[in-house]
Amino acid sequence: MRWLLLKDLQILRRSPLLVALLVLYPLIVALLVGTALSSGPSKPRVAFANLVPPGEATIDVGGERLDATSYASELFDAVDPIRVDTREEAIAKVESGEALGALVIPPDVIERLRGTLALGGGEPPAVEVYYSAENPLKRRYVQATIDATLADANKALSDEIFKEAARYLNLIVAGGNLSLPLVGDVDILGLRAAQAIIDGAIAGLPEDSPSRTALQQVSRFARLAADNLDVSKPILASISSPVQVKERAIAGSETSLDVFGAEVAVVLSLMFVTLLLAAGMLALEREEHVFGRLVRGLVSRSGLLAEKIGLAGLCAWALAAVMLAVLVAFLDLGWSRTPAWLAALAVAAVAFAALGVAIGGLTREVRAASLLAFMLALPIAALALVPSGAVSGTLYDVIRVVSAAFPFKPALDALDAALNGGGGMLTPLLHLAALALAFAAIARLSLRRFA
Amino acid sequence: MAASRTDAPEALRVEALSKAYGERRALQDVSFSAAPGELLAVIGPNGAGKTTLLQILAGALVPTAGRVSLDRRQAGWVPQQPAIYSKLSVRENLRLFARLERVADVDASVDRMLAQTELGERADDAVGKLSGGNQQRVNVAVGLLAEPAVLLLDEPSSSLDPRQRERLWAFVARLAREDGTTVVYSTHNVAEAERYADRLLVLADGELLFTGTPAELEQATGAHEAVDFEGAFVRFLRSRGH
Repeated sequence: MRWLLLKDLQILRRSPLLVALLVLYPLIVALLVGTALSSGPSKPRVAFANLVPPGEATIDVGGERLDATSYASELFDAVDPIRVDTREEAIAKVESGEALGALVIPPDVIERLRGTLALGGGEPPAVEVYYSAENPLKRRYVQATIDATLADANKALSDEIFKEAARYLNLIVAGGNLSLPLVGDVDILGLRAAQAIIDGAIAGLPEDSPSRTALQQVSRFARLAADNLDVSKPILASISSPVQVKERAIAGSETSLDVFGAEVAVVLSLMFVTLLLAAGMLALEREEHVFGRLVRGLVSRSGLLAEKIGLAGLCAWALAAVMLAVLVAFLDLGWSRTPAWLAALAVAAVAFAALGVAIGGLTREVRAASLLAFMLALPIAALALVPSGAVSGTLYDVIRVVSAAFPFKPALDALDAALNGGGGMLTPLLHLAALALAFAAIARLSLRRFA
Repeated sequence: MAASRTDAPEALRVEALSKAYGERRALQDVSFSAAPGELLAVIGPNGAGKTTLLQILAGALVPTAGRVSLDRRQAGWVPQQPAIYSKLSVRENLRLFARLERVADVDASVDRMLAQTELGERADDAVGKLSGGNQQRVNVAVGLLAEPAVLLLDEPSSSLDPRQRERLWAFVARLAREDGTTVVYSTHNVAEAERYADRLLVLADGELLFTGTPAELEQATGAHEAVDFEGAFVRFLRSRGH
């Protein structure tokens, strides 16, 4: 078998264009897919539970009545809402994958908002956001969507608060009429008018009047107060988030988007290189008419498959390992997990190579094998990255089954577990091993009609 | 010319060989034998089962029924299309297959084949850059690397020009005469079969219709002198309903 390995390496060395393509293509695809992945679907499905009792959703800001929940409804312009009645139902929707995330408006949010608007202190109002952390892209997307909507709502509320507070400040500084419930219109003198009156009174006093010093102190206070209350307007304007967000991840790892992007890029590269090499090298044996000569006793069919799987897996593993090492250095992930991610890449490479020889065995031609490898690899990757909640529950279940039938998703899971060190690496590795055996068996069967 | 005698030592014996692909029977109850150094031509129309027979003899195909006395290691196989790596040089191909054949002295074996096939000057050229004739010579050389007792050639001259054909048959005849290698070859060119073969096997629709010398085939058809061997062969097939 080692002579076959040597021969395949010689052939690869004499095909620099092929080798260059095999190295460059996955990098380009990884970049393109990574870019595409940074944007999510246009309207994610978000579970929405409004727990505020009916009729208690209004607040009074400076005599103007506002429906606070109408701000939440702005969210529906950005998401596809699934209305539920309880917090538990909302969480269940996220856990089942039906919704990307959940937004819960607690029953006490209006009461707290009233307290905030009355400058009464106490806990600020907060809404609750739940999301599944199974996919960092999904998490970031839900967070961004809900944060953006809440920022709009907060801005609208804070504008109202600011306008009202500014009106009060104007009254205190410049004076004017204030209409109060039960009391009616009240004429407010204002600090500037008070200062003018005091200054007039001081001017009418004799130079040695004992009251002059005291009145001068009151005048200075009125001027300072008026000047500094004017300054407080921009400070008031900086209060921009009366409603806060309490976020909670329901399941999954805490992989950052950067690390997840690196994982996707590496697994994509590993997949493309391994599939193309394994499928192409097996199909080449038939195109060169050598297969019949080899398997008439020189090499067993299983031995031939093992050689192709080994060589394709080894080449792709080395490439992916170098690529990930560079990314680990850039992302400052540390090197303590290196053995784990090298092992994850190795098992994934074997599974991809087994799929590759199955493709090569079924297509029997290098060009057809390459085409099928491309045609299969891109949808497999795309399907594995579809977040739950982005499609209907049934379709998502179908996608999950399809993704589980190919090595991309378990390879991604294994690499994620390897990099994050949170455990859970064994299941995807076993999954990959099972897929490797299944695809190798398919490849072995395909060799019956290969010659 | 080696005779086909029942008391002669046998290099190859085939008994009741059959091969079916589903409902289609590619070979039906084919039996024959060959002596050491004998040149045996397998002729017949397209789809007669010539390639199937040679593939079974080479061990590349498993028969549905029947028995072949030949061990795979004793047979050198030269498929119809050159079964060699076009990106590798002549020497690299020979070296690879010599290693796979577990030849004792790889370099000596490669040098011997380069000399025998007169490809020494092209030894370091990539096979893909060689002419069809030279590629076929490399193909034959690979089949001969393990010094087989029986050489199986499937349509070896089909892609060669007359001069290259002449050189090939001279080489094959030398193998049979000087080394005692039994050569079984299939061909569409019945003139080549008449000219170079000691004995003919005529196959049609998987059936072995005739075993004997070219002269015996002509006699069997009752052909007169005005009819050439090809005409006699066609007449024979017609007489057997093919």
